[in-house]
Amino acid sequence: MVDAPSWLLLAPLALAALAAVVAAFLPPRTAALLGAATAAAGFACYLAGLLALSEGGRITAPLMAVPSLGIGGGLAADGLSLLFAMLITGIGALIFLYSSAYLAHDPRLRRLAVMLLAFMLAMLGSVTADDVIVLFVFWEVTSLTSFFLVGFNHQDKGARQAALQALLVTGGGGLALLAGLVLVSSAAGTTSISGILAAREAVLAHPAAGPAMLLVILGCFTKSAQVPFHFWLPNAMAAPTPVSAYLHSATMVKLGVYLLARFNPLYQDEAAWQAILTWGGLATTATGAFLALRETDLKRVLAYTTVTGLGTLTMLIGIAPAQAAIAAVTFLIVHAFYKAALFLVAGIVDHETGQRDISRLGGLGRSMPLTAAAAVLAALSMAGLPPFVGFVAKELVYEVKIEGGDLAAVLLAVGFLVNAAMVAIAGVLSLRLFFGPLRPTPKAPHDPGFAMLAGPLLLAVLGLLAGSLPGLLGARLVDPAATAILGRPADAALALWHGLNPVLALSAATVAAGALLFVCWGRLVPRLRGLAFIDLLGPAAAYERGLAWTIATAERCTRAIQHGSLRGYLRTLFAVTAVAVLATLLFRGGLALPAFDPTGLDARALAFIGLIVGAVASATAPTVFIAVISMGLVGFATAIIFLVFGAPDVAFTQFAVETLLVVIFAAALVHLPIRRRSRRTGPERATDAVIAAATGLATTLLLLAVLATPYDRRLADWFGAESFPAAHGRNVVNVILVDFRALDTLGEITVLALAAFAVTALLRRGQEGKTP
Amino acid sequence: METLLAIAIGAVVTASVYLFLSRDLLRMLIGFILFGTSVNLAILLAGRIGPIRPPLVDPGAAALEAAANPLPQALILTAIVIGFGLTAFALVLVLKGHEALGTTSAEDMGEAEPVAATAPSTALPAPHRKAA
Repeated sequence: MVDAPSWLLLAPLALAALAAVVAAFLPPRTAALLGAATAAAGFACYLAGLLALSEGGRITAPLMAVPSLGIGGGLAADGLSLLFAMLITGIGALIFLYSSAYLAHDPRLRRLAVMLLAFMLAMLGSVTADDVIVLFVFWEVTSLTSFFLVGFNHQDKGARQAALQALLVTGGGGLALLAGLVLVSSAAGTTSISGILAAREAVLAHPAAGPAMLLVILGCFTKSAQVPFHFWLPNAMAAPTPVSAYLHSATMVKLGVYLLARFNPLYQDEAAWQAILTWGGLATTATGAFLALRETDLKRVLAYTTVTGLGTLTMLIGIAPAQAAIAAVTFLIVHAFYKAALFLVAGIVDHETGQRDISRLGGLGRSMPLTAAAAVLAALSMAGLPPFVGFVAKELVYEVKIEGGDLAAVLLAVGFLVNAAMVAIAGVLSLRLFFGPLRPTPKAPHDPGFAMLAGPLLLAVLGLLAGSLPGLLGARLVDPAATAILGRPADAALALWHGLNPVLALSAATVAAGALLFVCWGRLVPRLRGLAFIDLLGPAAAYERGLAWTIATAERCTRAIQHGSLRGYLRTLFAVTAVAVLATLLFRGGLALPAFDPTGLDARALAFIGLIVGAVASATAPTVFIAVISMGLVGFATAIIFLVFGAPDVAFTQFAVETLLVVIFAAALVHLPIRRRSRRTGPERATDAVIAAATGLATTLLLLAVLATPYDRRLADWFGAESFPAAHGRNVVNVILVDFRALDTLGEITVLALAAFAVTALLRRGQEGKTP
Repeated sequence: METLLAIAIGAVVTASVYLFLSRDLLRMLIGFILFGTSVNLAILLAGRIGPIRPPLVDPGAAALEAAANPLPQALILTAIVIGFGLTAFALVLVLKGHEALGTTSAEDMGEAEPVAATAPSTALPAPHRKAA
């Protein structure tokens, strides 16, 4: 079913790609504004797509099909994809606008704009891909752009380490995801996501269905910073604040959640899927909330609350009932609104005061009233107070937990504590920062300009509006997305007022507990920080140890393999060659030992004795001088062998070369220590002898194996037959060299000439060095 | 006959590898020359040996008959000459190395590729040097 033209999906991607290229040549501020315009245009496309979407319908577009690799390719967007795409482009437009002021007068703004555009392109591709391979490619590009954006301040060592950590964790998860996707698509017989979802029975019946599901979950958990992979997210706060707001709060970290939601129709009835997601998500919410209470750095606090938010989303997808999907989508929208707004506010505070430590900030509301307004509105939504949309979401989440069957008690207890912590932190981020006694800051604070205020104010007001008109939000955004998560129609009856019921009582109790926590916050944080064992035992420490071990092992391997000793390399080379040849001959039946046949022998065999004697003498020669003479013996024995086996031309060349070599060596040895004895120790000699003997044995056996096969005479006969008729020469060897293979001979002469040049140059250079 | 030559070639290879593994560059060079010789002989042997008659086309005949195989000979001729050029060049390198560094031991020539002693451990490892 196609509801809207496919260009609605292609245009935002094409625009982003084009803008990323164009922005690289624009002035920094213009580049950022171009990014904002691109994102806004993309938002308009997706909005048009959403409005045209019928219930359960989808938009498709062809892209990146590689049929030869079995990649069907293609884009498709249903309610869930469009919701994500609108969040990405909508918040993206505000982020670009914000960045243009946040990094104004910084030449690196252009680089930021280009990378953010590339990131946006990858995100949009990820959420609208209908092919697991296309999805994976875009997914990895988001990890890569995240690496560059976290390491934006690359002069800072901490930023570089954080960027590497984010890349290793999400990239490692990406590998797991790829394996999982390949397993799933091979089980389904298609790489198309809609095809995989349609082939549900086949995928679940596959023998590797369980591991495939676990691998997909692993990929999603690393991307979405679920326990125990949550530690990279706070460190990623080394990025500039607009990046943190965009990638590490509103969009990229939700990609894992998106994929879990995308695959939920496939796995939603699997007990393992439900259990891992529910408990993993729950553990993540608790971990995030607890760790958030240990921090005073604005951005790290926000990062940990984001971990909590992501955990909530995962947990909601894991809980099976239809209501959970609706709650998940609602919470997703709500979280994107308030968290992005709060991040942008944090950026403003940091930018205008030069201070990010909450314990040293206070009373900023007087000098920056508009910022304070945005912060308070967003914080009220975060705390889940009416009439904000956060309240709607929190009610839904509580409702789901109450209906959560046997788990209800645990879910509610943990959820209550986590929500109380969120209320307290929302209070800290609004009341404590902007009201109360004014604390001195490095810079005199004041409200920033329009570009920086537009984002947080708009998002905060949207939170208020969406909360006041929950019906519109439900019908237009939540319904289609929840339908996609469930794989069956969902009906989101969002309401602000649910009547006086247990959920409302729970909400009230949460706010009360949160208020209590808020009051104690100043005393609580130092105590929690004092619990140093948490830093020592956490997965972050395991990551550090693992990384250090990997590097140390790599170093040891490199030292073992690339030790820099020529002798060592040669020993390895010969030993491996000998063993490989011998093993092949022995185990692959290549051995061909001929019977000894004395009738074939004649006096020519005596020349072989000269060969052997010369070889033994040169190897055992006490000094180099004797070795050179023995080498001459081998050379002359070789020449004789050539002569008596019908190769006089070769023999004469060998004689000439051997004579020349001895002369040249004699000339060189005048300058060299020829009488020095070998310095090898006894054991070294023994191993060297073994390696040498093995190589020699391998050579002999190999030659015997060659001799046992019939000789292919075609080439030899052809040269013999053609030599006189074609080249008018009776000496076949000469004809081959100067006629049939004349070009080879030319090359040979060239090599010799080059060697002569090099030798002359080397000898001259030394003389010049001596004379000045 | 062929078997005997194969054994003799194996002996030359053994000697050449043993010399190759020496620390002394001159011995290594001798090993290199012997290795080249043994490979030339191996080419000859692989082309089969036997007739003492060189591969010359008899006057009056059009094709070669009952003579040694010409093909390996052409290959070996090329190999001998190239090997000679390479040996001469290597010998001059040894000579110059000895002139510059005062040694013909490969293990003592670590300075030919200087690596800063203070380089951090994560960089490329410094060449491993055995005590002279």
